[in-house]
Amino acid sequence: MSQTAESDEDGVYWTHFPHQADMGVRGVGPTREAAFEQAALAMTAVVTDPARVAPDTAVTICCDAPDDELLLVDWLNALILEMAARHMLFSRFEVMLDGQRLTATAWGEPVDLVRHQPAVEIKGATYTELNVGRTESGRWQAQCVVDV
Amino acid sequence: MNPTQFQQVSEVEWRIAPFGKMRVPAVIYADERLIREMDDKVYEQLTNVATLPGIVQAAYAMPDAHWGYGFPIGGVAAFDADEGGVVSAGGVGFDISCGVRTLHTGLKAADIAPLKQRLADRLFAHVPAGVGSTGLLRLNASEMDAMLRGGARWAVEHGYGSEADLERIEEHGCMVGAEPDKVSDQAKRRQRDEIGTLGSGNHYLELQEIVEIYDTKAADRFRLQLGEVVVSIHCGSRGLGHQIGTEFLRQMVIAAPGYGIDLPDRELACAPIKSPLGETYLGAMRAAINCALANRQVITHLTRQVFADVLPGTHLTLIYDVSHNTCKLEPHTVDGQSRRLYVHRKGATRAFGPGHPALPNDLRDIGQPVLIGGSMGTASYILVGTEEGMTRAFSSACHGAGRAMSRHQATRQWRGRALVDELASQGILIRSPSLRGVAEEAPGAYKDVSAVVDAADRAGLARKVAKLKPLVCIKG
Repeated sequence: MSQTAESDEDGVYWTHFPHQADMGVRGVGPTREAAFEQAALAMTAVVTDPARVAPDTAVTICCDAPDDELLLVDWLNALILEMAARHMLFSRFEVMLDGQRLTATAWGEPVDLVRHQPAVEIKGATYTELNVGRTESGRWQAQCVVDV
Repeated sequence: MNPTQFQQVSEVEWRIAPFGKMRVPAVIYADERLIREMDDKVYEQLTNVATLPGIVQAAYAMPDAHWGYGFPIGGVAAFDADEGGVVSAGGVGFDISCGVRTLHTGLKAADIAPLKQRLADRLFAHVPAGVGSTGLLRLNASEMDAMLRGGARWAVEHGYGSEADLERIEEHGCMVGAEPDKVSDQAKRRQRDEIGTLGSGNHYLELQEIVEIYDTKAADRFRLQLGEVVVSIHCGSRGLGHQIGTEFLRQMVIAAPGYGIDLPDRELACAPIKSPLGETYLGAMRAAINCALANRQVITHLTRQVFADVLPGTHLTLIYDVSHNTCKLEPHTVDGQSRRLYVHRKGATRAFGPGHPALPNDLRDIGQPVLIGGSMGTASYILVGTEEGMTRAFSSACHGAGRAMSRHQATRQWRGRALVDELASQGILIRSPSLRGVAEEAPGAYKDVSAVVDAADRAGLARKVAKLKPLVCIKG
């Protein structure tokens, strides 16, 4: 599985960045929504190759926060809660943002130890290296370190 | 880190005098090599901790310190509630009460040699490990609350172990002051089927051989013998603790300005101990400590079942159980005065010296067993708390090797299959649901645990008693 950028022609991609004990996740896209979706994909990739996860079951997630950065952490933590409580992995995300209110659907399937070979469980999204903003090229970037 | 930015107090003590908003000095216990290998973030995070309201004496870092969240991993800080002291969700961390317990088997390495493969396979099959694994227990709402109030005592009352186990667990297996009603429904939902599961990452269950004894008196008191096989279990409060950490970190980040707390780093999120949020967190965090104690107790039961089946007649008795991500109210002497302080240990082990009233009767004169976990291919250690340590870092010692390399770097450098084969050739059997997980946890990705333990010993934080070599490792 790749732990580096997975880019497409529209400049929508996710990547991991190093942290001494844990892992940084970063999503990049033309909109805040796309960056949040890609950051979620990067988080799945900490656990397994997202391509191995069938987007069969939909789960709805809603959250709101005082600012964009806290909203990113809330979004990823809401996903972590659903992954843990439902024993699921997610591979497709659709995020809608209205100011600092997020409504999203995540599609995935139950963890299959043999097929997914999950490397590690994610404990929580953190405020470390947390950033939501525009890059020099004008694209949106959403990133933080996740504790594993 | 560059050692020249510290005042060197001794071969193993380095000090940063207060500057800027620091209220107290920062002190790191490590030798020069470990200091040089530490990330610069340790300096930044430790000096940030020293700025928090109500901090007492100094902000301390153990020899295994590395870049954490707000606090460095390996950070220790104590706060006085009467002086505006704070409790920090970041200072405890996400995996509340993650810890290690070690059990005697009464067997010699030679006894289990022909059965090592079978033990490894049976333990891997019987102890749930890895992402998505679930335990045998399903807790309804009232059982969940009873578990969160009772800890390992709850587990023993349900047939998972004996009263004798409780004597060898911090807080006698049950953290007082736990308030299950302060734990959110989401946290309880996350824990519903996770009791008795190992988790993943650096968590493990190992069979280890005692290969060296350094302190025969303490070893005799702990009943450690050369060649004996012990079982060590490293895990924490599972999803419940993670969720509590997540939720209170967020609440404290948002509430801090209202309490007049200027956070140098959001991860240092905290609230006054004497505040509704501080008190609520303490009640929930103590419930998570009980969750971790119950979890390790149920895993111990599962381990005993495997031994009873593979090696009938074997009795696994608990040497001790330590937690290394906690905040506990403890009496300490500061400048000759006895004070009750809220001691945060983030990736640090409590190490009470001889005579401490919290120790079990039969260990009180020798001191607390201090269990230090290694990584898959390297040694673990048992130390003992010292008199000297009670005057340093509020009776705290290191907790493990500490990572030296990111997971990303580790997977670039090692392949899981090759590592499993290499360790097997050294007589160490690895069982894990994930080969990538094995690569990320490669022994070479960690600091030299022996150097860390030597520094803790030389600094007087705790004294080396025995060295353990892994024989079988079940990784989550």
